[in-house]
Amino acid sequence: MQRDHTQKKRREPLVYITKRSELSLKQSLTIRACVILAGILLCALVTILLTGVNPLRVFASMIEGSFGTPRKIWNLLQSTAILLGISLAVTPAFKMRFWNTGAEGQVLVGMLASVACMFYIGDALPSWLLIIVMLFASILASAVWAGIPGIFKAMWNTNETLFTLMMNYVAMQLVSFFIMLWVPSGSMVLGIVNPQSKNGWFPSLFGQQYLLNILIVAVMTILVYVYLKKSKQGYEISVVGESENTARYIGINVKQVIIRTVLISGALCGVMGWILVAGADHSITSNSVGGNGFTAIMISWMSKFNPIVMIFSSILVCFLQKGAGQIASDLRLNSSVGEVLTGIMILIIISSEFFVNYRIHLRKKQKGGQEA
Amino acid sequence: MALHTILAFISAAIVQGTPLLFGATGEILTEKSGNLNLGIPGIMYIGGISGIVGGYLYEHFAETPIPILCVLISLLASLLGSTLMALIYSFLTVTLRSNQNVVGLALTTFGVGLGNFYGGSLLKFFGESGSISLLTTGNAYKTKIPFLSDHLGIFGETFLSFGFLVYVAIILALLAQWFLKHTRIGLNLRAVGENPATADAAGINVSLYKYLSTCIGGAIAGLGGLYFVMDYTTGAWTNNGFGDRGWLAIAIVIFALWRPRLAIFSSYVFGGLYIASVYIPGLSGSDKELIKMLPYLVTIAVLVFTSSRKKREHQPPQSLGLPYFREER
Repeated sequence: MQRDHTQKKRREPLVYITKRSELSLKQSLTIRACVILAGILLCALVTILLTGVNPLRVFASMIEGSFGTPRKIWNLLQSTAILLGISLAVTPAFKMRFWNTGAEGQVLVGMLASVACMFYIGDALPSWLLIIVMLFASILASAVWAGIPGIFKAMWNTNETLFTLMMNYVAMQLVSFFIMLWVPSGSMVLGIVNPQSKNGWFPSLFGQQYLLNILIVAVMTILVYVYLKKSKQGYEISVVGESENTARYIGINVKQVIIRTVLISGALCGVMGWILVAGADHSITSNSVGGNGFTAIMISWMSKFNPIVMIFSSILVCFLQKGAGQIASDLRLNSSVGEVLTGIMILIIISSEFFVNYRIHLRKKQKGGQEA
Repeated sequence: MALHTILAFISAAIVQGTPLLFGATGEILTEKSGNLNLGIPGIMYIGGISGIVGGYLYEHFAETPIPILCVLISLLASLLGSTLMALIYSFLTVTLRSNQNVVGLALTTFGVGLGNFYGGSLLKFFGESGSISLLTTGNAYKTKIPFLSDHLGIFGETFLSFGFLVYVAIILALLAQWFLKHTRIGLNLRAVGENPATADAAGINVSLYKYLSTCIGGAIAGLGGLYFVMDYTTGAWTNNGFGDRGWLAIAIVIFALWRPRLAIFSSYVFGGLYIASVYIPGLSGSDKELIKMLPYLVTIAVLVFTSSRKKREHQPPQSLGLPYFREER
């Protein structure tokens, strides 16, 4: 029975796929620009389908929501800075193929450490010293939070995706625990810490509350770029990511690199937690990071771990979210449109990578398969 | 503590555990093919909201909704919605070879957002106000097994007075166990998850297996969302009401060592832990929050323990999370 089938004339498969050779920078930029344009159009289409308003109004609302007033522009820049910062933080670990899905929790414990400093020693220190203590506390807390899964990964190859994922929820409960401890009324809302003295708050530069945050993240972008591209440690990270065996063969201590990189990743998350507390929220809830830890993973991946590209990806995603928020509030619809659009956009960009990396050949009609 | 309280607790744990069991069974099937679907939380939201939309449309347009049709329509809508989500995941990860973690997370963002969007705006589209409440459909889902639930005394009250989806969850988990352990197709599926290259060489259609198991797994997981909105909340939607149960379902997969049979028990334990803080008397507010941390801590402990023991039958499928390209062997 089986034999008969193999006797049949062999046919080429309908489609087959080959890997593309390197595209030129111009080509790959063109493809990506087209993809993002297509993504924005699809997002608009989905918004129209969901809400039934005319497309021009959708675009007008989106631009209004992001750039309508100076205040909105600053808000956009602030959200972009936070998202970009967390994306930068997860990148060293990701480049090493350490699938850290725990940025959400790592930033959150960083915030918790900062808020705890404000809460317990907020009045004992001058504000500038308190801010520095908060920074170190946050870095320490987040590095520990990331380091635990890192050590187990290095020692026993424990699955880090699942481990870090679980750590997120432990962190959230930890925050709820401390809020219950600090707020005796049981209202679960901490409120703004030190609203009068503003101890542990970033100073506003040139009257802009968010400017310092943005500057810190800008410096971080450059540092991470240099660290990954120019330093020896950055090189080690790429080698371990590409192939652990190669790394071992050329004499890299893989375990040490894994733990060191994960600690750095965690420490950067701590910096972001510190910025969120001192420069924006001055408070904490179990949902303070608001999914940015997860979005950052996607940003890092779709930017191919390149800090410069991440700037643009973060702006794009924040623009979509702010724009969608505006549409939702204009039409008094649910504000989740932003998440829907972010999801669509990211799925499109990720799937487009296939067409950048591979080439599809269709079977030629008639007897095309003569192996030219 | 009175016996009555303990029985009430067990009953509540089963109710809490059922959405988790659906999610875990679905995710086990998916992971056995090597796909680590982190989109499960989003899929469960979609399963819930699709059911709500289906049920709402029927209740809205039918003059006198018939309960059995309410159930059928919302069930079909839910299955359709969650299968579509899983199909997107399979297409992107299997055919387009995208990264599984990233696609899964994007799908969760998308699914949770879409669920909340429709949940919050569905009534506005039809010019109504207030929040969604599908009493006819909800009560149809809550219908108890007629005779057994009230003629077997306290046993019947505790274990046999749930809506039908609770039993469907158990049956599906047992079926999945039997399928994985005792059928040829199940063996092939496990082979795909362990080592796709070997499976491919043995003539197994790797892509087909990955597609089917992910889609069927997604459909099963979606039922968890459906159970939550229809039975647990009697046809009402609250935004983010489903909470982090999707991630808890993924935790159970680890806790149950990728075995659907163990997932039944684990789900009820996790369901119990989820609400334990309500039933333990004399806890302060902050202690309650610590108890809610337990399911995750326990999962981490299991993860660390199994990875340190390196017993082969306790490990995740070997190719879990890795893409398979035949050309790159």
